[in-house]
Amino acid sequence: MASLKEFRNRIDSVKSTQKITKAMQMVAAAKLRRAQESVENARPYAARMSAVVANLSNSMTEQLDAPKLLVGTGKTEIHLVVVASADRGLCGGFNSAIARRGREMISGLLRDGKQVKILCIGVKAHEQLRRFYDKQIIDVISLREHKHIDSTIAASIAARILQLFEAGEFDVCTLVFSKFINVMSQTPTAKVLIPATEGLSDHPEQPDLNGACYTYEPDEEEILQVLLPRNLTTQIFQALLENVAGEMGSKMTAMDNATRNAGEMIDKLTLQYNRKRQSMITTELIEIIAGAEAI
Amino acid sequence: MTDKLHFSLVSPEKELFSGEVDSVTVPGSEGDFGVYPNHMPVMTTIRPGAISVMDGEAERRIYIMGGFADVTPEGLIILAEEAIELADLDVKQLAQDITDVNEDLRDADTEEKQEAASERLVYLQRLQSALNP
Repeated sequence: MASLKEFRNRIDSVKSTQKITKAMQMVAAAKLRRAQESVENARPYAARMSAVVANLSNSMTEQLDAPKLLVGTGKTEIHLVVVASADRGLCGGFNSAIARRGREMISGLLRDGKQVKILCIGVKAHEQLRRFYDKQIIDVISLREHKHIDSTIAASIAARILQLFEAGEFDVCTLVFSKFINVMSQTPTAKVLIPATEGLSDHPEQPDLNGACYTYEPDEEEILQVLLPRNLTTQIFQALLENVAGEMGSKMTAMDNATRNAGEMIDKLTLQYNRKRQSMITTELIEIIAGAEAI
Repeated sequence: MTDKLHFSLVSPEKELFSGEVDSVTVPGSEGDFGVYPNHMPVMTTIRPGAISVMDGEAERRIYIMGGFADVTPEGLIILAEEAIELADLDVKQLAQDITDVNEDLRDADTEEKQEAASERLVYLQRLQSALNP
């Protein structure tokens, strides 16, 4: 049996752990509120952007010279899988869920005999994926230096992907990220970024033109040339924001659980400590009484 | 049919404006155009410049760093890369910034710095010219 002092030390250490998890939970809650706000603020832009792309692509897909970004290269041989995760741990199963989704997809693609290249955003996904697919990973982008996600980060990632696409490094680009539904649930999602028409199926909304004909200024092609890279940036930006919100939500839940567990542990240890203390007092009393009787 | 135009201005970070107005003048890449209620559907790119939003007697001028304008029967949507309310701008501060950047440009020792400074200068000068039409 451990001595009383050992019990006291353990209780103290669990108490200080509880303080830390409690603080982390509160920080996550505060960050979550901000992250949630920015996700909601960014949604109208992304939704409008998708609607505009959908609108334009309707008139473009039949044409042979449609931009490759929109209709793809016509092949599906080489896949680029962009796996976006958080940069920090201690947020429950958040990162593992994203990595698992990515892994399922990658192994499926490999089974079909496709070539896969992986681009990791956030170090946590990389840590989990490199055990299986070290050779396929072409780069890791860490967001650790950036305190806030702004559109310039998304723009630089999009530029990187575009550069690879133009160099003919891949045919299809899929983004794996975690869709933020609410604090308790985030779903890892895979979304096709290139060709852009693939990703549009979930935005079927079409404005009713009352039979009027759309006018494009300058022509469709030129607009698409500007619009498609913007759209890519927007999609990535949105995904990153959803990720941050999801990470914070997940972290908050995980830290809440940890705080509660620490509380339970303290209760249990305190009970054991008290029992031990009482039994020691009893033993001492018995010893004194036995001693007195012997005299 | 209403005789008001539904106008929304969104940037990647947030929705900046959404509501009913009388008309909006947009600097399209092929020339400025005014959008009134029941305009025909148009999709166009925007060059950096100020849009002016007219509602009754009130006029709001908002500077936009490129983007897209989409006119549908429902209204006008502007997807701006960056938008600044001109009324919020401080003329003196802007002039000061321009002098600062000019100095930066002179002091720039690397090509990168020089490029960054001249980009910023063009941006600020555009802002200034939008302020004093």
